[in-house]
Amino acid sequence: MTENEHSVGTGVSNNKLLMWVFLGSECLLFGGLISTYLIYRSRFADGPAPGDIFDIPFTSVSSFVLLMSSLTMVLSLSSLQRGDYRNTRLWLLTTALLGALFIGGQVYEFTTFLREGLGYSTSPFSSAFFTLTGFHGVHVSIGIVMLMSLYVSSMRGNLKRESSETLEIVGLYWHFVDVVWIFIFTVIYLVPSPTS
Amino acid sequence: MTQTVEPQVESTSEDQTKHQPLGVYTRPKGGNGWRDWVTTVDHKKIGVLYGAAALFFFLIGGIEALLIRLQLATPNGTVLGADMYNQMFTMHGVTMVFLVIMPLAAAFANYLLPLQIGARDVAFPRLNALSFWVFLAGGLFLNTAWLFGDAPDGGWFGYAPNTGIVFSPGNGMDFYAIGLQITGIASLVSAMNLIVTVLNMRAPGMTLFKMPVFTWMILVVQFLLVFAVPVITVALFLLLFDRNFGSNFFNPVMGADPLLWQHLFWIFGHPEVYILILPSFGIISEVIPTFSRKPIFGYPFMVFSGIAIGFMGWGVWAHHMFVSGIGPISVAAFSLSTMFIAVPTGVKILNWMATMWGGKLLFNTPMLFATGVVSMFTVGGLSGVTHAVAPADTQQTDTYYIVAHFHYVIFGGALLGIFAGFYFWWPKVFGHMLGEKLGKLNFWLMLIGFNLTFGPMHILGLQGMSRRIHTYSPGFGFELWNMVETIGSFIIGLGVLFFLINIYVSAKKAKGQPPIGPDPWDARSLEWITPNPTPIHNFDEVPNIEELDDFWHRKYGKDENGKIVRIASAEEVCQDGSATDTHLPSPSYWPLVLALGFPFIGYGLIYSLWLCVPGGIMILMSIYAWAFEPPDDPEGNHGDHHEDTTGEVAEEVSVD
Repeated sequence: MTENEHSVGTGVSNNKLLMWVFLGSECLLFGGLISTYLIYRSRFADGPAPGDIFDIPFTSVSSFVLLMSSLTMVLSLSSLQRGDYRNTRLWLLTTALLGALFIGGQVYEFTTFLREGLGYSTSPFSSAFFTLTGFHGVHVSIGIVMLMSLYVSSMRGNLKRESSETLEIVGLYWHFVDVVWIFIFTVIYLVPSPTS
Repeated sequence: MTQTVEPQVESTSEDQTKHQPLGVYTRPKGGNGWRDWVTTVDHKKIGVLYGAAALFFFLIGGIEALLIRLQLATPNGTVLGADMYNQMFTMHGVTMVFLVIMPLAAAFANYLLPLQIGARDVAFPRLNALSFWVFLAGGLFLNTAWLFGDAPDGGWFGYAPNTGIVFSPGNGMDFYAIGLQITGIASLVSAMNLIVTVLNMRAPGMTLFKMPVFTWMILVVQFLLVFAVPVITVALFLLLFDRNFGSNFFNPVMGADPLLWQHLFWIFGHPEVYILILPSFGIISEVIPTFSRKPIFGYPFMVFSGIAIGFMGWGVWAHHMFVSGIGPISVAAFSLSTMFIAVPTGVKILNWMATMWGGKLLFNTPMLFATGVVSMFTVGGLSGVTHAVAPADTQQTDTYYIVAHFHYVIFGGALLGIFAGFYFWWPKVFGHMLGEKLGKLNFWLMLIGFNLTFGPMHILGLQGMSRRIHTYSPGFGFELWNMVETIGSFIIGLGVLFFLINIYVSAKKAKGQPPIGPDPWDARSLEWITPNPTPIHNFDEVPNIEELDDFWHRKYGKDENGKIVRIASAEEVCQDGSATDTHLPSPSYWPLVLALGFPFIGYGLIYSLWLCVPGGIMILMSIYAWAFEPPDDPEGNHGDHHEDTTGEVAEEVSVD
């Protein structure tokens, strides 16, 4: 990279800046979805109400799992910066597994809700709930694909210490998805929900 | 997606790649045939592609407009039926907004922005190519709705629940939702790319406040895009899910809020209005000083008013909804904010006039178009302020008065500005001027035709003629002005025809002639330091920037009496384009292949989900191929490495 030639640049590399701008854009994407959910959380028609159906302890555990994955992500980056490739891969894999565990929890939650009569078409609330959490789930899944790609890349000896910024940038994305979940978890589960 | 970080490879196009046939890990050769155009990552070629594609869509949108005017020329018109009329005005609006004005602005931004900041290319050349191909794929996808006999018919704003499956059971609104989603991806990628380019790749010494006003306005627009596009993305997804997967976002029967779409759409839609107009403001802020022989008046005010418009544009969206029943407090608040936003816009208009004041005005065609913008946009701006007065707006809503207003700002403001840009930068891009005589004819026909078409709409609107109604009965006093408007619209068409003739004639005249010399307009900004047409490597040597309008300051200085005198000729100041050892990024197939995946997914969602499979495979495969593509010529010795950044795939592809 050639920031040194451009004394008037930001000092942040092009790739990292691109990720930051992208994440800024993502804020508005989730902002739109979260607003929609807030408008619709009490419009559950004849279907189950949010307050009746949420299993807060279960979701708290899966949220904790996702938050821990941010920690392991940082550990992976710090290993790579030290040139410790074995631990880089170990923590990468752990991060991906924790993410997958979260997704597994989401699948379990969705199927439970479905059994209890909350389908995608049940009410504006159900549509908004599944869409918001679904979009987040897709983001986590894309993150897992990126982590696994980096893992394979590292196995093949291509993820070097000098290029740790790649991992850092994927980490930015991963942390962002975590932070968004904190908002979603608060808005959907922690704020007292209407009951029927 | 991985990106070529900096333009760093060989310039002589023959050895830009490993000499292997088409393979996943090789990059295409450069050349001059069609293959060069479809694989190019050169910001200048991409700019030209954007311009050509947008002009093509401009002709389609223009023909749609003429058909609308033919239908409305007389009472009880029978040219189009009611249904066809709905499709026609919807596609006219969607085409002109998303497939003409936005990409034309992108054409100028792509071509000029790196040149104005002294860069060899944008920050991510392959992403740049991707933006264009995705835009083209989305635009063509949207227009194929005509071929399937079911074009969108819910207006460019696509109000749900009207556009939901109950009231719009055909496929038209699916084409709308998916087509705009695809072009949205293009806008977003391009916006992120240009932001990084401006922030990181300016020439040494070019601080933010030495950037040309055009670059500034484009930067503001890219920020608006980055934050506005995701909002319409959400709205379009919700609509798509409602229509195809049975969700209840816009279904009032189940208790959905019928205003949700309006809010989401206009939170995007009002910044969008500034996305359309600010590039044109930027263009004429370059043209007016050049042809007034004066620096722009109040440069910091121009910049800050642009930024202010960018911020305030987020706080006025509900003025599109004064009659939707949003309540008196909201109406009062949005009335006030709408009046406030006229202030920075007024600042700009006054500054353009102050720039012209006392200048040695030269009325070449670009300047004619620029003054056209200043005057016509003022008319549109004033009628805009009348919308801010909510009681008056209640009368104007859904009448031709609104149609008059937004055509005065978008045609009179944005499009005339873009034409100023065409005439001004044509020699920069193609190495020859557009003809002045035909240009003036083009201008006057467009200006007169435009005022004949849209001026009377103010009157018709206040008389109560509704927009979006396919015909009207005789006896309301609408006949005369409607006929005048239709005649006016054909005069515009004639003006555009002369523009096309001008392109053809001037190209023919220039054939076999040497390209025009440097600096034909005695201009001010940095792009003119390069020869015309711009060589592939842009700058022989990246200039050091010391002042605002650095190029002009290299030509002019002050004598001992403080009088401004010419100190150097254009030939002395301009580069000759002879450098051969510059490094440029290699072309790539993958932006095109990736973009082609999107229409498959689009048709798949509408007709058969199976079609999504090849589309998805093309996109995934392209992302990985993109990531593993050698950064550039393997023979070239350059120590850069390449990283994933866009959040879709992450591959380290160092091939050093």
